[in-house]
Parts: sequence; structure tokens; C-alpha cells
Amino acid sequence: MAETHSLQDLRHQAAVIAKVFIQRDYTNGTLCQFQTKFPSELETKIDKQQFEETVRTLNNLYAEAEKLGSQSYVEGCLACLTAYTIFLCMETHYEKVLKKIAKYIQEQNDKVYAPRGLLLTDPLERGLRVIEITIFEDRSLTQ
Amino acid sequence: MHLGESTRECEYSQISTRSSTPMETPYKKKTPKKRKWETFPGRNRFYCDGRIMMAKQTGVFYLTLVLILVTCGLFFTFDCWFLAEQLTPIIPVIGAVLFLFVIGTLLRTSFSDPGVLPRATPDEAADLERQIDVANGSTGYRPPPRTKEVVINGQTVKLKYCFTCKIFRPPRASHCSLCDNCVERFDHHCPWVGNCVGKRNYRFFYMFILSLSFLTVFIFAFVITHIILNSQRIGFLSALKDSPASVLEVVVCFFSVWSIVGLSGFHTYLISSNQTTNEDIKGSWSSKRSKDNYNPYSYGNIFTNCCAALCGPLPPSLIDRRGFIQSDAPQLAPPTNGLPMYGSTQSQQSHKQVNTVDCHLQAKAAHCDCPHNSGVLLQGVAHHTGRGPEPRTEAESHVRARFGAAAARQIHLKARGGGISSSPWSPLQIILMLGLN
Repeated sequence: MAETHSLQDLRHQAAVIAKVFIQRDYTNGTLCQFQTKFPSELETKIDKQQFEETVRTLNNLYAEAEKLGSQSYVEGCLACLTAYTIFLCMETHYEKVLKKIAKYIQEQNDKVYAPRGLLLTDPLERGLRVIEITIFEDRSLTQ
Repeated sequence: MHLGESTRECEYSQISTRSSTPMETPYKKKTPKKRKWETFPGRNRFYCDGRIMMAKQTGVFYLTLVLILVTCGLFFTFDCWFLAEQLTPIIPVIGAVLFLFVIGTLLRTSFSDPGVLPRATPDEAADLERQIDVANGSTGYRPPPRTKEVVINGQTVKLKYCFTCKIFRPPRASHCSLCDNCVERFDHHCPWVGNCVGKRNYRFFYMFILSLSFLTVFIFAFVITHIILNSQRIGFLSALKDSPASVLEVVVCFFSVWSIVGLSGFHTYLISSNQTTNEDIKGSWSSKRSKDNYNPYSYGNIFTNCCAALCGPLPPSLIDRRGFIQSDAPQLAPPTNGLPMYGSTQSQQSHKQVNTVDCHLQAKAAHCDCPHNSGVLLQGVAHHTGRGPEPRTEAESHVRARFGAAAARQIHLKARGGGISSSPWSPLQIILMLGLN
């Protein structure tokens, strides 16, 4: 596909046709979860299974970040005892998982979404409100 | 964009961020990079280059600080010597530890981000508006307040739309009118700490009032002890004359004890039932409202509720105050009537110069010209025409070939952790978009 583009294509600036926003799913309370409903704008672009798999993995990762377990309690107590100065040298569990999420999104963009003319934006850049999916105009089809 | 090169070479050509044509140089000013806190839309004050965040009115906070410092200062100066000699030197040590803990938690509560929700980007807001219009069957006038209902653990909760932040507020979030921000798990705005109390600083606030109650009771008890012990030796009036500071301390502590201890008790109740002050005052989960009313956020037992509130994971700040504002913000180009669109990478700061009318009218002309000319026509967009950093990933080169330099640049920015500034659209842009729609 890369070989068939022409100089005309390169001059033609890419248009962002649309942006799809996957909203938060609050049915389990205030935990960070996103709706897995497949948006209609993506029907021609990507496989429904693929999309749902991405969102589900993201939901699992966010659940892992906010999980109340012995690890988070130990971290919380230790932080309190050291007057929260421990976070100057140590990353919180939440931050570690957010880095994992950023990596996953980058990987998904590289492997799955970019070849289809889509781009996932990390929800952290949108205040964990939405997953923004940008749809680019596919010029190889319009030529 | 390098003219005359083969297609394969173009794929990997440098996309430089600097414009090279003489025409573009006057527009390419080297503006210093701004941090996001400098353009933060809420009514907050930032210090230490965005590290510290407080509400606008901080007068009462300084009063709190002065009261604590003066009372403790007087205690350590006048009462501790006597108590250390007569009773035990551990008393000043415990006093010092409590004092440091109180100051630490107070500063932590006052200076941290309570859990402010960043405002919606223009694209998000437009998308929500479209959805709401579809639902309402829009007419010209403004529809009634928008709400969304969601069922959480069996309870129906109404999510309200915030007209200032242009988002549907998550459950338990509320808009603070003093700070002009939506805050997650909003408890209350506390003037004594000079900040909102929300999701991210509630535990610090609770620790502050709890330790302050202990400190107040501690000082009160030991100052009384001091006066009593002293008056046994030299008489009551002489004892009072001997340390007049003690009288002041007793008065301050006496009035503080009632309010602070009462507040600690109240918040202990709130934590154990997993409610916010906001919800308690409104009686959101009170059984008086209806028989089936219960708190859907409670974990069921007091211990888990307490652990979750105090020792649970601490979410990071969502507003990224110290991040730099990225000037390349790929925005949705408004739909045209089949004309090729330019301007997908409009600079937020130069949006007044480059508006969609320019793009729309000149797109056709520019399409036939060489990239340099088209760059000139689009002014601020010029330095984005076909140049940018070398594609780092396979995805970038692929996207660049198929979808153009702008798209590839966006991926590159994302890889570098680029963000988008949240400055609003210019009124002209909004009018044009409505017109084109």
C-alpha cells in the first residue's frame, strides 16, 4: 500500500474525518471502566471483536490499578507512616499501571489501529473521561 | 516536503518542524513554552511553577496556620520546660511529633490537587452536544438541564451535565463554584485549608483533623496540668501571672476542641459509611427518602470502607499542571462539500489567523500549487506541511504514506507523550462550523 501512493497524495494534507468518543461506563460505581459498545462509525474500519478486546483489556488494566488488595493497603500504610515522602523516590502502583496502559495503547496503535487509519488517544490525556479514536481519511481509497 | 523525489524517498523524508521559506519567517516567532497551569481555566492559584495548587481565597488558610503555629510555639516555649522537668521529657517529644504531623497533613491537603476534572476538549463537547441534540430533537432554544441516568449496584443515580466544564459529571463529582472546577468525589470546599476536599486529598484532610484533635486535646490537657501543678506550689493567681501564654493557649484550645473533635467524629462516620459531606447534607442515601434507598458505593462493612478511603490507591492528578502546552493540536476539520480539506493540524495559538474559511476557500487553489505556496496561504499551518521528525515506528511510516504527514506527526507526538491544550475555540470558528454544518 505504501508503494502505490503518489506525490499528489503527499501534498494532500490528511483530513481528520471524525473523532469517536468511547464514554465511561459507571454501572460498577466510580471505577474507571469504558463502554464496550461498538460505535457505528467504526463499522467499516475495524473488526468488532478487535475493538471490544482492546476496550476490555484497558478496563482490566484500570481495574488492576484501582484494586483494593493487600498490596495497595501496605503501600498506603507505608506512605502514611513516612508522611508520604516515600513517593518522592517510589512510584505508586497506580502510576506503574498507567505506564503499562500507555505502552499497551502504543502497541495497539502500531499493530492494529494505525494500519486501518485510526488512532487511539490515551484516556489519561482526556482526564480519564473518554477513549478518543481519531479516524483519518483513507486517501488510497479516494484515488 | 521535498519536490521531485521518488515516492519511496518521500516516505522517509524528514518532517521538520521549522519553516524554511522567507515568507513564513515573520510568522515563526520563538514563543517560550508555557506550562498548562498558566492557562488553567479554573479559579485556582498556582505556586512553585505549578507544583502547588490552592483555591483563590487563602486568607483563612493563613489564619489556620498562624493559630496552629502560635499555639504550639507558646506551648513549647512556656509550658514544655516545666512539664519536662516535673513530669517526663517524653511530653515535648510527643508534642513535637504531633505538631509535625499536623503541619505536614495540612500542607499536603492545601497544596495538592483535590481531584479536579479537566474540562472537555472542543471535539468532545461538540460530540456530546450532537448526542444530546439527537436525543432531544433540537430546536433553537436552550433545552432544560441535561441529565443521564445510570444504575449503579442497583441504585439509580442521575449524572448531571456541567455547563461550565461541558461534561457529564461522573457519580459523586460536583462542581465547586468557588474554584470553578468539577472535582471527583467532591466532599466540600474548606476555607480553613484553602482548597477543595475531594478524592485525592480526602485522606490527608482526615489525617489533618484527626491529628489536630489529638494535638488540641494534648495541649489543652498539659497546659491545664501545668497550671494546676504550678498553682499547688505558688498559688493559682501567681501561676497564671507566671505563664500568661498558658491562658491564651487554654482559650484557643477550648474553643477548638469542640469544633475539631466534632468534625473528626463526623468525618469518621462519613468514612465508615463511605459517604461524602455533600451526599450527607443532601441526604442522597438516607433511608428517609425512600425505603429502598441505600448507598451503592459502600463496601458493606466499616473496616473495608475505612481502608478504602484511607489506604486505598491514590489516583494521579488528571490536570497535568506542569506539562507543556503542545501547539500542534489536530482538530476536526469541518465537513466541506467534497472539496479537499487542509488545516487538520491547526495551531491553537494561531487559530485566529488561520480559520476554516481560509482553508475552505483556498484549499482548491492550494491543491494545485506546490507545498510551499500552500503553506504560505495557510500561514500558521505552514510549518506543518509535509515536514516533521523522522518516523519512529512502522505505524508512523505506514500512516504517513496513506494518510499524510499530519497523521504521522500526530502518532509521533503521541509516542512522545504529546498532549492537546484545552483552550476553547474562537467564536469565529464556532460560527463557521455551525454555518458549514
